[in-house]
Order: sequence, then C-alpha cells, then structure tokens
Amino acid sequence: MSEVIVVTSGKGGVGKTTTSANVGTGLAKLNKKVVLIDTDIGLRNLDVVMGLENRIVYNLVDVVEGNCRAKQAMIKDKRYPNLYLLPSAQTRDKTSVSPEQMVALVNELREEFDYIILDCPAGIEQGFKNAIAGADRALVVTTPEVSAIRDADRIIGLLEANSMKKVDLIVNRIRMDMVKKGDMMSIEDVVDILAINLIGAVPDDENIVIATNQGEPLVGNDTLPGQAYMNICKRIMGEDVPMLDLAKNNGFFAKIAGLFKKN
Amino acid sequence: MSLFDIFKKKSSGDVAKDRLKLLLVSDRANCSPEIMELIKNDIINVIAKYMEIDCEGLDIQITQTESEGENGNVPALVANIPIKEVKHNS
Repeated sequence: MSEVIVVTSGKGGVGKTTTSANVGTGLAKLNKKVVLIDTDIGLRNLDVVMGLENRIVYNLVDVVEGNCRAKQAMIKDKRYPNLYLLPSAQTRDKTSVSPEQMVALVNELREEFDYIILDCPAGIEQGFKNAIAGADRALVVTTPEVSAIRDADRIIGLLEANSMKKVDLIVNRIRMDMVKKGDMMSIEDVVDILAINLIGAVPDDENIVIATNQGEPLVGNDTLPGQAYMNICKRIMGEDVPMLDLAKNNGFFAKIAGLFKKN
Repeated sequence: MSLFDIFKKKSSGDVAKDRLKLLLVSDRANCSPEIMELIKNDIINVIAKYMEIDCEGLDIQITQTESEGENGNVPALVANIPIKEVKHNS
C-alpha cells in the first residue's frame, strides 16, 4: 500500500523543503521505499538540501514530456538504499506540467514506492494545484507567525475544497524561550486557531542550518529537531508516539501531548 | 480604560493570537471590503426609513460569537449604528 504525501504551506520560507527532505529521509531510514519529488518548477531546491545537486541528469519536466522514463530521472541516494529524488526543472515554469500529468506520474510511481513525498511550491497557483492533484494526504507546515498561520488557514481551506482525505499540521521553528515569555504563540495556540490535527512540532535550531549547509538531513540523529522529525515519520506510519518535550520540565507540553492523543 | 491600555497589558503572543482569530473569521467568510460596503449601504437605507442615523459613525464587521448550539464559535455580522433621532411621525 503506497501513500502520496504533499508538503505544503502557502507562505514561502517556512520550511517545506527542509520538512520534505527530513520526512523523506526519515521514512527511508525506517525501511520504507521513498521517492521525493520536487514540484517547484523554476525554483529547484530539494536537490541542494538533500546534497544531490551534482547528480541531476533528467528532471520532472523531462519525465512528463516523455524525454526519459521516470526511472532514468530518479536519483538514487547512496546513503540510504530505499531513497530516491526526482528533481524539478530549473529553466522551465509551472505551466510545463498539468495536474493530470502529475496524477499519471504519481500513479505510475505508486507501483514501486511505499511513500511518494511531493515538495510543493509556495503560493496557491498552478504549482500548488499540480502538487496536490495526486496526493492522498497533506502535511501543512507553518511557523508561529501571523503571516504563516493566515496562509496555512487558506491552504487548509483549499485542501478541504479539493477533498484532500487527510490534512495534518507541522508547527515549525518554535522557540520555547519566546513562548515562555509570551512573545511567541505556543503550539497549542496555533493548533487552536487552525483546528486541524497536529502531527509534530519542530524547534528552531541551529543544527537545521548546519545540516542544510552540508546537504545531509538531520532526521534521526540525537539533536532535538532530528528526534522531532523522526517522530513525525513514525506518526505518518501510524505509530502512536508521544510529543517530544521541546522545553524540558515544562507542564505545558503534557497538555499538547494530551491534545494530540485525543485526535 | 482605552483599547490601547488593554493591549499594553497583553504579551505580544496573545496579541498575535487575537488578531489572527479576528482576521481568519473574515478570511473564512470570504467577504471582500466591496461586499461589506454594499451591505453597509443597504443597512443604512433600511434603517433610515424609521430613524435618523449617523452614517459616518456606522461600523459593521464580521466577528466571532459563541453559538447557541454545540459547534463552538460561529461568524457573526456585528453592526454598530448610532441613532441621531427616532422618527415619530412615520
């Protein structure tokens, strides 16, 4: 049984690509066969976050236009035996692919993969429509800022209007020190406003920057974000994993964990 | 106590949450400023038949209110219409 997951947010710069890279890598580490598809045509980035930018021969547009087979365009990540990347095209635009073509491609890949992760571009135009067309479920990434949450709310509305079967929330870049002082909305606040199921929260952490610099996703290592991403992967697979304590000795997080279990 | 004083006591996180809650209600209701203006003009026309109102001071907005049913908060159209004089001989 394969699952197609779109990672989306509306607003740019909240961490869609980082989330895609870590969720895809994490699922591969959990012995699932995974392909990551960068659907941001014209602004290719997932390849560089994954550290696979030097190995691109063909891209997504080549595949949908029939210049090559999907197998030829997919880059095998040598670090993990089950992980593949289908990079986006850098010199084309979003109109080069249609939602119908994306559905056909995704359905072809379902035969071979357990998880197909689609990294969605920012915005709600053609690129977004392409990315969500073939997806079974969505991960909405937001940060605890008014602009990102407003856009996430709009995206959730659009996903529901397009009958997306499952929509889960990832609160990214949370800073517990600021939450404690009351200067940042808490995870609870964000979940309360957006009213969808929380599948994980990732702290704002310098290790993310370091990992991106090196082109090596940090999922599964012993850093806080590394653990947070691994927990998200396990929850995607249906495991009931308690919420990570992002701020130690804090009663607040027990509440969040309770909230998650209810859903 | 002015509105400003209330906000001064709140942490910026709470301010953000309150602003967002209001904003999302009107976002979700999908009500453009143009439509709000049309509604406002229609309300003025109806009320003006019965009483003299302060058109400048009239304020309408979409906000949230507690539902009497069980589905929590629901959007509500709230109009604040200052009356200048009630017409008696209509």
